[in-house]
Amino acid sequence: MKTPVRVKTLTIDGQEVGAREDQTILEVARENGIEIPTLCWLAGLSPVGACRLCLVEVRGVARLLPACVTRVEEGMEVTAHSERLAAYRRSILELLFAERNHVCSVCVSNGHCDLQAIAMKLDMTHVHFPYQYPRLPVDASHERFVIDHNRCILCTRCVRVCDEIEGAHTWDVIARGVECRVITDLNQPWGSSESCTGCGKCVQVCPTGALSEKGRSVAEMSKRRQFLPYLTLMREGRR
Amino acid sequence: MQPFFEQQRSPSEDKRWKIVEATARRHGREPHALIETLHTVQESFGYLDETALGYVAGLLRVPLSRVYGVATFYHFFTLKPKGKHTCVVCTGTACYIKGAPALLAAVGKRYGIQPGETTGDNRLSLVTARCLGSCGLAPAAVLDSAVLGKVTPATLVEQIERGVKHDA
Amino acid sequence: MTLEELRKIAAAEQQTQQKYGHRVHVCIAAGCLSSHSDLVKEALRKEVLESGMQSDVLVKGVGCMGLCSAGPLVAVEPEGTLFAGVKAEDAAEIVAGLDSGAPAATSCPTDVPFFERQQKIVLENSGKIDPERIEDYIAADGYAALVHALAEMSPAEVIQQVLRSGLRGRGGAGYPTGLKWTTVAKAGEERKFVICNADEGDPGAFMDRAVLESDPHRVLEGMALAAYAVGAQQGYIYVRAEYPLAVKHLKTAIRQAEHMGLLGNSICSTRFSFHVDIRLGAGAFVCGEETALLASIEGRRGSPRPRPPYPAEDGLWGCPTLINNVETFANVPPIVRKGGEWFAGIGTEKSKGTKVFALAGRVANTGLIEVPMGITLREIIFQIGGGIPEGKRFKAVQTGGPSGGCIPEQYLDSPVDYESLAKIGSIMGSGGMIVMDETSCMVDVARYFMEFCKSESCGKCVPCRTGTAQLHDLLAKITEGTATPAELALVEELCDLVKHTSLCGLGQTAPNPVLSTLRYFREEYEAHIAKKECRAGVCQMHASGEVMP
Repeated sequence: MKTPVRVKTLTIDGQEVGAREDQTILEVARENGIEIPTLCWLAGLSPVGACRLCLVEVRGVARLLPACVTRVEEGMEVTAHSERLAAYRRSILELLFAERNHVCSVCVSNGHCDLQAIAMKLDMTHVHFPYQYPRLPVDASHERFVIDHNRCILCTRCVRVCDEIEGAHTWDVIARGVECRVITDLNQPWGSSESCTGCGKCVQVCPTGALSEKGRSVAEMSKRRQFLPYLTLMREGRR
Repeated sequence: MQPFFEQQRSPSEDKRWKIVEATARRHGREPHALIETLHTVQESFGYLDETALGYVAGLLRVPLSRVYGVATFYHFFTLKPKGKHTCVVCTGTACYIKGAPALLAAVGKRYGIQPGETTGDNRLSLVTARCLGSCGLAPAAVLDSAVLGKVTPATLVEQIERGVKHDA
Repeated sequence: MTLEELRKIAAAEQQTQQKYGHRVHVCIAAGCLSSHSDLVKEALRKEVLESGMQSDVLVKGVGCMGLCSAGPLVAVEPEGTLFAGVKAEDAAEIVAGLDSGAPAATSCPTDVPFFERQQKIVLENSGKIDPERIEDYIAADGYAALVHALAEMSPAEVIQQVLRSGLRGRGGAGYPTGLKWTTVAKAGEERKFVICNADEGDPGAFMDRAVLESDPHRVLEGMALAAYAVGAQQGYIYVRAEYPLAVKHLKTAIRQAEHMGLLGNSICSTRFSFHVDIRLGAGAFVCGEETALLASIEGRRGSPRPRPPYPAEDGLWGCPTLINNVETFANVPPIVRKGGEWFAGIGTEKSKGTKVFALAGRVANTGLIEVPMGITLREIIFQIGGGIPEGKRFKAVQTGGPSGGCIPEQYLDSPVDYESLAKIGSIMGSGGMIVMDETSCMVDVARYFMEFCKSESCGKCVPCRTGTAQLHDLLAKITEGTATPAELALVEELCDLVKHTSLCGLGQTAPNPVLSTLRYFREEYEAHIAKKECRAGVCQMHASGEVMP
């Protein structure tokens, strides 16, 4: 017999909502039409709480909490939108834009980019932090795909989809801090990777133009992600 | 290069691989033994090269990219061979305010290397440490295995000269 | 092992030692060892043999005596005399003067504030016992608490004593130790772990190293008591690979304790089993953070994950895990032995017991000290530390390392406790205490710590990864004299952002050194920007530095 699922009630931005006890603030907010921006989070992948865009205020808690990993509690009073949060979210986005070389006008994902879409939604009009302009390589050694590190935001969606869904763990992150980069196998050209199955899931989940299919020109790279909830659902059914 | 999943046999006849295997075996060849095993490789060979990383990956059944990710995350591990002599300058807070930057500058000027680099003739590597825990003796440096306390730029360069000349 | 058997070992050891008229203690901890105290010990041994005094004089290697700046140190018991800066060639004079008590050239007074103002609990055996002999620890009441607890106390009673003691985590944050233990004890799982965090990464701190090198059994006993209290079977000590001597002493100590049945299966013939293994850190400051430490023990990159869930519920391999630092565990045996009330009688209302500090920087006496909570910073720096050398002026004292702050002169009379230090913009931290005088530039110090945080940031979360890098670049511009007032405003904005949006403690506290120096030394920042002037003379100003209009 299944253990009964308990229901919790809470408020998000003043709206009363009901939730299962195993749900996160983010899930409940989206169910109820309350939009909380995310970049590293993706349905079907384990949450990591790294991009910090989904930080929310919870009454009685001094720290800001990431909605993607914070479970609901009875009587919780969540603020998902405030001036303070909006300012923090814009600043975090600006830091991402300043960190590498995101030039939308010449990007394959222009118009289909999660980073760009969120920046527009949050009214990020300019970047007031100094640009870092790192010189980063582009690896086109794979026969079908390309990785441009200049557009990578280190969300690790590619690492997680390859590990958790494809089961290959071709991708991982090397070094630390600003030196971090995603790599394949022993930091070798993608085309020479022995573990890569060429399934392309990493390309489809990448939020920006960092991972793209070869032969796409500016603004041509839109991503297909419907396979992810499908695969997750089918696998749950087989258990 | 053989495929990594076949690399469970030692890359060579070198006896040091037996020591590496022993570490892995002691931990049941479980993936969590990765850092311990990399420590053994570095202790035995002085650094971690691709052959070693690939071998450890196969030995512990850990993905290649994860092995590389771990090896580059921890600053104690080095992927390049070190010079014959190593000079470690402590850059902990106590040493910093007592003149560690001047030590680095002096060694750098004399041998033309930055921290983390090795001289062209492979004689000397200059590295920094976050804290040697010898704050009472600040500023401190380690030349090969000898800890030198309360050093000045002049005495440090002199000590290095003596050590490097010794085997010339 | 029963309490009676333990007492027999202790009595036998005490008797052996008391046979000697003089016991010569030579510090062989890392500080003194780096000035060749091993040679001093050999020279003293040889001298004793040659003078035919071997039946009356015992020469033994001991742990840290504290006054590291005056090493190598040699102490003679039971007289209590001390010799400093001893070289091998001084051995003859020291041995010759043993019976007469005649002072030697290297004699060092012990009736000075450095020794008299200290109160030792954690370091009570440091510099007195041979860290490589378990019998020496047992003779100093070692393992009495564990054997007594296993025979006479329930796990709940052990936790009761720790709760009553008011002990708070010595790793920096000061979370009540007893509460943490209660949470782990209450977790319903079968498999639980106890972890000792010995990844002392704060640049300018060496307390844990000294404890592990000088008295490793004390930490093992504390861990075993904790394991008994919370119901854990396996323990790990996560220790820096940069501390080879501490690792060596720990390995020896574990072997000895297992041999005597004080660790391992069925400890003291009870149903309690506890194994301890060592895991080597590999040079990552962030691994001091609990969840990063767990990832590292599991063989992964030391990236933290969001909490909750806390390790007390969901820790190593998903099992409830108790993580305390070295000094916290080292306080446990005396608390169980003497009772929580005894410990609660020391210190202040909210901060009980003592705290070990690594006193370093521009201060006459540098080394390891242990003081009761509530002592003032002034007493530590000017009495114990002997003040600022070379007639220089005190400027600030830095506590808490890269997570702490710089405290200026006007707060020197603040008591040292968790709340008071937080109120003046710093933290207790793990115990690094760096004294700075007028030759230190506070902007440069802030830049130094930000450089540290930038290179130690794991890179997982955006604000810490890119924010610390931005902050470092901006602070560097200020120290070069090329920054604008607008850029100083940007520094303040970034500090607020990184502090409030970072994932783990490293990022959340990384702005503290900047914020505290901005609070107390703002005019130094402004002088660098407006006048291109570094009063301390540390920063090299760019002559051609262009200021944006």
